[in-house]
Amino acid sequence: MPERELTFAQAVREALAEEMRHDPRVCIFGEDVAEAGTPFKVLSGLVEEFGPERLIDTPISEAGFTGIAVGAAMTGLRPVVDIMFGDFVTLAMDQMVNQAAKIHYMSGGHWRVPMVLRTTLGATRRSAAQHSQSLHAWFSHIPGLKVVLPSTPYDAKGLLKAAIRDENPVVFFEDKMMYKLKGPVPAEDYAIPLGVAEVKRSGDDITLVATSSMVQVALGAANLLEKQSISAEVIDPRTTWPLDEAAILASAKKTSRVIVLDEGYGRYGVASEIAAVIAEGAFYDLDAPVKRMGAMQVPIPFSPPLEDATVPTEETVCAAARAMCKHQL
Amino acid sequence: MTTATSNPQAGRDRASDKQLWIHAYRQMVRIRLFEEQVNELYTRALMPGLAHLYSGEEAVAVGVCEALRLEDYITSTHRGHGHCLAKGASPDRMFAELLGKEAGYCRGKGGSMHIADPATGNLGANAIVGGSVGIATGAAFAAKRLGNGRVAVCFFGEGALGQGSLYEVMNLAQLWKLPVLYVCENNLYNEYTHYTETTAGTILGRARAFGLEATVVDGQDVRAVRDAALRLVTRARAGEGPGFLEADTYRYSGHHVGDINREYYRSKQEEHYWKSERDPIQLHAHWLMKQGCADRDSLDQIAVEARAEMVEAVKFAMAAPYPSTHQVEEDVYA
Repeated sequence: MPERELTFAQAVREALAEEMRHDPRVCIFGEDVAEAGTPFKVLSGLVEEFGPERLIDTPISEAGFTGIAVGAAMTGLRPVVDIMFGDFVTLAMDQMVNQAAKIHYMSGGHWRVPMVLRTTLGATRRSAAQHSQSLHAWFSHIPGLKVVLPSTPYDAKGLLKAAIRDENPVVFFEDKMMYKLKGPVPAEDYAIPLGVAEVKRSGDDITLVATSSMVQVALGAANLLEKQSISAEVIDPRTTWPLDEAAILASAKKTSRVIVLDEGYGRYGVASEIAAVIAEGAFYDLDAPVKRMGAMQVPIPFSPPLEDATVPTEETVCAAARAMCKHQL
Repeated sequence: MTTATSNPQAGRDRASDKQLWIHAYRQMVRIRLFEEQVNELYTRALMPGLAHLYSGEEAVAVGVCEALRLEDYITSTHRGHGHCLAKGASPDRMFAELLGKEAGYCRGKGGSMHIADPATGNLGANAIVGGSVGIATGAAFAAKRLGNGRVAVCFFGEGALGQGSLYEVMNLAQLWKLPVLYVCENNLYNEYTHYTETTAGTILGRARAFGLEATVVDGQDVRAVRDAALRLVTRARAGEGPGFLEADTYRYSGHHVGDINREYYRSKQEEHYWKSERDPIQLHAHWLMKQGCADRDSLDQIAVEARAEMVEAVKFAMAAPYPSTHQVEEDVYA
């Protein structure tokens, strides 16, 4: 029997539906999450099964409903908060950073905040500077939060189920350009543990560490490189915290060359952190300095040719990899 | 607008009411004497960090918490010792927390501004002004969803009226008819600034704009606070929607213990007036004696017992060990 395929959006929806069936404490807060199913239609159909009592449409009050989710998580529910565009997390930052992230620690371990904040990242949707950012580094910086970046429909379902079952606040970033991406997703229940990287493609000459949207770019670049007899390994951390340092270092030591790809800003960003982990843990196994590739350090512009220039592509990654390999191969 | 005051007949000839009001007196005295010890510890440099004293505002925490059940929730503020004690926290573990000791409510990780205690429904004090308005409203949401009959009380100072998230959650609480009571302790000063310089319109008007049942009460009158809180808590518990209680009160000390020279923002005459004419403990003592519920000796005895309790609690905390440094990485994740 051929493997069942779902889109990324369908995989997210299936994870939510399964967890809501399995656990009556799970509920979803957000703007237009019920009948509208969100502007991306990721939640379409859920309200028919679970009703408006569990798909809770809110006013446009990100701080308010995120704060309510924090309190509800402390007192017996397992809320999933939907923040439509990742750019809007700025409005809920106090609730996530000063409240959700710190309550377990500040209370000496007495209170828990088992909640998930789902939101989006990624440029090239022609949405301009306030609807295109990838702000996952901000949350990765904060002790007490976990940060998840699925790159395939399979991972989206398994990681989201693990996030909902986690006892901690988890921020779950979905690349909005990936919602229509199809891939195999088993119908059965499975959860992917948070903090376990996956080698998406095995190779010998260079490692491409890539997150979220950049995994597909890295895989495309690896195909281009293969035609030029460069064997690229693609490894996806899947979570920026906890970070599977061991798997990243093992790949770096194996290939001796690493490019880190992340759609956030490189400056003080996720790519920088992973590059530092590699520099500290695999320096003597490297044949070249670790390279970072991410969004350009500009607000995301609207004009299509300008916007396209701000993010790494298969071609730019391929060129960078060739340059890194040319003296040694 | 008139400020609600307590019914002068309340408590007369009723043994249970007599017990209630004597208990309220004891609770207020305990808070006052707790804070005296905090002031002493702080000024003797025995307490690290900051100390924001609740002295002068005791009737608000006690009046509200006397209207609650043990399993009801509260959220508190940076000026939160009174709320914790009124909800049932034990002074020895509170002092231990204030001193950063392992025996403290938060194993020394929270300190004065973050005391939390699941056993008494205390979701935690919060050092972000207005930071707990969402948490309290969320606890009320869960209570309603789970049908457990609990109510959540969100204590905040009038300074939090400047935070937009308060209006977001009041809107949601009314839309969803949540069992939550917002208690605005108006002690007149947003830190060092009189609230009239920061607050346009009226305080109750802000809550009423969302349809909340809102009332103002003399926050120095513990019986008035309790009566008003009980009415709002009862209707919230019955599913009739959230309430808002403005309690007019006064902060005897500075914003924190180190705020000593205060003349640039408030006069000594004003402080003297509140302490001599409007003290919630003295006002309640007079009422208890007038009603024949207590005499001076029995009230003095309450103070003697409370002082001994606080002295013992401080001793416990001073003798308690600090947490081992290996605990620094514990409790980051559950």
